[in-house]
Amino acid sequence: MNRLRWRKGVDRFWTVVSGVAVLAAVIPLASLLWLVISHGAPGLTAGFFTSLPTPVGEPGGGVGNAIVGTFFMVGIASLFALPVGIGAGIFLAEKGDGKLGSIVRFTAEVLSGVPSIVIGIVAYGLVVSHMKRFSALAGGVALALLMVPSLARSTEEFIRLVPSALREASLALGVPAWKTSLRVILRTAVGGIVTAVLLAVARAAGETAPLLFTALNNQYWNTDPFQPTASLTVQIYNYAISPYDDWHQKAWTAALVLLLLVGLLNLVARFLSRNRLQGAPR
Amino acid sequence: MNAAQEISPVNSSPRRPVDSLDTPVRVSPEGPAPVVAAEPPKLTVKNLDAWYGSNHALHGVNLTVPPRSVMAAIGPSGCGKSTFLRCLNRMHELIPGARAEGTLLIDGQDLLSRDVDPVTLRRRVGMVFQRPNPFPTMSIRDNVAAGLKLNGIPGNHHEIVERTLRQSALWDEVKDRLDASALSLSGGQQQRLCIARALAVQPEVLLMDEPASALDPIATAKIEDLIHELKERYTIVIVTHNMQQAGRVSDQTAFFYMGDLIEVGPTEKIFTNPSEKRTEDYVTGKFG
Repeated sequence: MNRLRWRKGVDRFWTVVSGVAVLAAVIPLASLLWLVISHGAPGLTAGFFTSLPTPVGEPGGGVGNAIVGTFFMVGIASLFALPVGIGAGIFLAEKGDGKLGSIVRFTAEVLSGVPSIVIGIVAYGLVVSHMKRFSALAGGVALALLMVPSLARSTEEFIRLVPSALREASLALGVPAWKTSLRVILRTAVGGIVTAVLLAVARAAGETAPLLFTALNNQYWNTDPFQPTASLTVQIYNYAISPYDDWHQKAWTAALVLLLLVGLLNLVARFLSRNRLQGAPR
Repeated sequence: MNAAQEISPVNSSPRRPVDSLDTPVRVSPEGPAPVVAAEPPKLTVKNLDAWYGSNHALHGVNLTVPPRSVMAAIGPSGCGKSTFLRCLNRMHELIPGARAEGTLLIDGQDLLSRDVDPVTLRRRVGMVFQRPNPFPTMSIRDNVAAGLKLNGIPGNHHEIVERTLRQSALWDEVKDRLDASALSLSGGQQQRLCIARALAVQPEVLLMDEPASALDPIATAKIEDLIHELKERYTIVIVTHNMQQAGRVSDQTAFFYMGDLIEVGPTEKIFTNPSEKRTEDYVTGKFG
């Protein structure tokens, strides 16, 4: 009887300890959301999404060009990163058991551990210093370098999740191996790969460091890949380090916009992966 | 007991009355016994050896399967019966380090030699696996037509889908929902769908690797009935650990033990009057 009370006591103690740990983990997230929303919401107007930044003291103005710039550069990055990342993932899953496979996997791991500011410097050296100008292209290359390793690894994981019985079924029908990979295995894994792409895009959209000295910034609308381009993150950085109160306000609001954007991408990714796990019929 | 005796094929006449009226034909050059058969064998396996890395899993198997008959491969776990089956469509060699040597003739044509593309072989030799494995992203219709579509085989796919679904006794259950996901079917239905999928590419030989072991008794009975019907058109080799099933569906039975083909002969003989002591011990349940 004593023993039982002791066990219940221990159980209660650890329940409390883990509950406190959960709170400690949730509080920063909740306070982050609260801070960004409470500071950012007052400046959130329709014009904030559509207009160009204004000089200090001038009312109105927004980050329209930065939103477009972020999408533009993430688009350029995806153009490079999706084929390379997904292609590498397919290679790793299908033929990656040999020496070359482990080299590629190791490289991807090292690359995904490289600090993003270093990626920015590399893109500067590769693109900016040759073109002699900051550009959306340079920013896109930097973001692509960031996206490729995680894309490759998660594509590999999702392809490996496809049961080998499906590969056997297809091969036993006399379907060549390459066609089996593309039209049976990849097709089955496509939900997971789409999720991986969305998560990689969300991560790239939230990066500042690689863009600081590649895309630089721009006060105006720009869709020329060879011109400096604004992005939400760099805009936030510039507003936040300024000494002006109305720019600080704009930094908070832009941060809220960025948070909404990234949150939305994550939500869609979660929704897609949940659907896939349930094996929902079409 | 020497190896030659162990593996000598025990040939038989398929149990069709007309066969006995025909002239005996000798088809197995190594086999000591003359073969009484109406037609040359559909499948001839000569000196088939298989390895997993350095593990010699199958030792010099020799046997023949007459056309439009069912051969059951039985034996305890790890005896090589599944390895044998997977050699017949060269799925065996897909496992890293696995290889097979020997001669595999279909209608007298060697299909195991290095210059034959396994893809060509697999279109002639279909396979049904232990667990139903329909393609989860495809509808019922697309699953049946998968082999045709993926291989770019032209033709009236609708007609072929209906015909093979009828052949696999699934048509009446699915005709109103051909576009539903294949995963909406029960396990037994999925397995018949997999049989339909294998039949759609019009193979000559059908390999079945314990096709009913993951199914309940009613679904198993349906699969067994189906095997009886399919025998009219196809040559079937079935691996089973269920001896009653082997007795019910097969014309010939091959008993494997420790990688050797111990005995092969008419199913009745194997189960009632086997020549080998080990076969008798196994079929009477003394081991295995």
